[in-house]
Amino acid sequence: MRIETCYFCSSRIYPGHGIQFVRNDCKIFKFCRSKCHAAFKKKKNPRKTKWTKAYRKTVGKELTIDPSFEFEKRRNVPVKYDRETWTKAVEAMKKVNTIKTKRQNAYIMQRLRKGRELENERDIKEVQRDMSLIRSPAAGLKERKAAEAELENMQESDVEMEEGIVEDGGEVTL
Amino acid sequence: MSLYNFKKIAVVPTAKDFIDIILSKTQRKTPTVVHKHYKITRIRTFYMRKVKFSQQSFHDRLTQILTEFPKLDDVHPFYADLMNVLYDKDHYKLALGQLNTARHLIDNVARDYVRLMKYGDSLYRCKQLKRAALGRMATIMKRQGANLTYLEQVRQHLARLPSIDPYTRTIIICGFPNVGKSSFINKITRADVEVQPYAFTTKSLYVGHTDYKYLRWQVIDTPGILDHSLEERNVIEMQAVTALAHLRACVLYIMDLSEQCGHTLDEQVKLFESIKPLFANKPLIIVANKTDIVKLDELDGERRAALKEIEEDSETPLLEMSTVTDMGVMEVKTMACEKLLSYRVDQKMRTKKVDGVLNRLHVAVPKPRDTKERPPCIPESVLLKKQQAGEKRKRKLERDIELEEGDDYILNLKKHYVDIPEEERYDIIPEIWEGHNIADYIDPEIFDKLEELEKDEEIREETGMYVVPKIELDETMLEIKRLALQIRNKKAIMRDESRVNKQNKKPTMPRTTTAKVRERSVTKLRSQMENLGVDMSGTENAHFTKTRSRSRSLGPPVKRMRMDTSEGASQSRNRSVSRTPRNEQGVKDVAMRNKLSRIAHKAISNKVRKYGLKGEADRFIGTKKPKHLFSGKRGVGKTDRR
Repeated sequence: MRIETCYFCSSRIYPGHGIQFVRNDCKIFKFCRSKCHAAFKKKKNPRKTKWTKAYRKTVGKELTIDPSFEFEKRRNVPVKYDRETWTKAVEAMKKVNTIKTKRQNAYIMQRLRKGRELENERDIKEVQRDMSLIRSPAAGLKERKAAEAELENMQESDVEMEEGIVEDGGEVTL
Repeated sequence: MSLYNFKKIAVVPTAKDFIDIILSKTQRKTPTVVHKHYKITRIRTFYMRKVKFSQQSFHDRLTQILTEFPKLDDVHPFYADLMNVLYDKDHYKLALGQLNTARHLIDNVARDYVRLMKYGDSLYRCKQLKRAALGRMATIMKRQGANLTYLEQVRQHLARLPSIDPYTRTIIICGFPNVGKSSFINKITRADVEVQPYAFTTKSLYVGHTDYKYLRWQVIDTPGILDHSLEERNVIEMQAVTALAHLRACVLYIMDLSEQCGHTLDEQVKLFESIKPLFANKPLIIVANKTDIVKLDELDGERRAALKEIEEDSETPLLEMSTVTDMGVMEVKTMACEKLLSYRVDQKMRTKKVDGVLNRLHVAVPKPRDTKERPPCIPESVLLKKQQAGEKRKRKLERDIELEEGDDYILNLKKHYVDIPEEERYDIIPEIWEGHNIADYIDPEIFDKLEELEKDEEIREETGMYVVPKIELDETMLEIKRLALQIRNKKAIMRDESRVNKQNKKPTMPRTTTAKVRERSVTKLRSQMENLGVDMSGTENAHFTKTRSRSRSLGPPVKRMRMDTSEGASQSRNRSVSRTPRNEQGVKDVAMRNKLSRIAHKAISNKVRKYGLKGEADRFIGTKKPKHLFSGKRGVGKTDRR
């Protein structure tokens, strides 16, 4: 009894599920469900169909090359049963699996981080270009003008004050 | 499959039908339309063809009849004789001969008229000649009416004759009427001949087939024969006689011991004697039928004496039989078959071919030298070895264990896994763990590889490959994000609004529409600007609050009548009176005008002279599409040269 992988979507096929097609050149195609079978019959390419594992791997959405993938393999070498090796192998499987999932997740998170940066860039650009939609360039113009005028007044009065002092104290030559 | 099968002969139509068939065929298969203005040769060939075609059709049909009917000289003498008896040889031959002459006559008529047709000089004459030719052919055929009907009857009768193969193994049954010939054939074959308790029930020959020694035997039932001279015999009896005369077969002469057939034993013996020449050189069996009524031994002296002579003849055995009780029927059959078989073999042995066959056969049978026994010799040592080998092959089989344990037996093949230690031998081997095949991970090198992987993983952890970099946003960035969101919302709203407004894309502007009220009105200005963050205080006296309504363009425009401009009714509106003529447009003064007119006159006269025009306004084009430029195929050259 084995768990097979679907030819189309690469998902697992548990015993008693799916359907199998044997082409006249003896190549066997296993499908996990009718959806995959139908897609195959329509001559869809799994590498170009968005929802398959093959697509995600070819387009670089998922981790493809890693030493952790080298463990699970169909070896086609008959090995005599030995209890110790078998128990050790099961332990090893668990370890390999944790490492593998960790790496895959890290890869995906790494990939998604790029999106945040792009988002920021887009926000900055939007604000720079279209600010006028929510805030008129004329907003606060009056206050600024008033403030300026006040500042000028202040300076003038200062000057006057100084002059006044001078007036008081000495001669004025115009 | 028999040699003579008369069922395939085609139907012979009556004279009238014959003519109809041929004439309609001529009508159908030759051209039908001809006119008198055609060339005379064409008309002649048209009618010639008709004559020739009908002649050919007559000829073919008659030839078919002549070839299909059997020639009396070619068929087996049995059939020839039978046909003579049934249909009268002379009549038959005459009929066929006359058809043959009719065929010749038709050919001659056609030849003559085709020759005459060459002199026909008009459609009418040719047609009359054709009519005459066909008419004469038809008359010739009409004279054959009687022959044709006779042949049709012969054909129908021939088709119903039993298919007798004159060369095969045959048994012929004969005897007085009503002695039980048909009952016998019904017993040994599946012929199903009619049996009735009166004389001459069987009026013709019947054939049945039976099996003996894996061979097929043809059994012929003949009508009864009466004892008189050959000349006095009628057609029914003659059939039996021809069969007896011409077929090399075993003859069963059936006699009725009980005399229920209406003929005494004496008469029956006399008939036998009189037709004896027909049985010459043939195996013959005399069968005494109806023993269920009277047995041969029970006969009284007078009758017994009558049979005496027949019984004494060693060549012809006398057998008893009863078709009612089935007694002796099979014996008669086997006897007849055996006799015929031996006779046929005997005949064959006399021919020259036999030597060739016999020389090819040889069966060797060694003669015993003496009476001594010579059994096969097997050495002692070999016998011993055989015995030992038989004993040695005794291992305990699974079958033996099953027999020992009985119902408690469970098939256990794992005990033979000797290489695996005893305590592990019966382990249940796991196959699957969380969607993975354990078998895929079984590899001697996997543990080393795993160690390596774990080391690599540790290094990764230490170098911080898995640490998620904290993205920290400062105050300004957060503000920017907030504003960007606002802007996006605003854009979405604007997009929706514009889409709603755009729904009616008609460019038409009917005269009665009101002018569009502008969205960006002065009245809304204050609130809008406030929304956009402009301080609008201190604008109470600004003039943009006072709006002057548009005088004319608001509301439906009034339809105005068109006025003649030259009248100049309303001076205020129609100020311009007329345009200046084109030759005076842009002309400054009189001098310039004079100069221009001079130049124009010169240019016009040049043109008129050059093209041979009548004047300035002459724009005549002679032919719009000159034929030489528009007809015919285009070559490789240009379109204006052909």
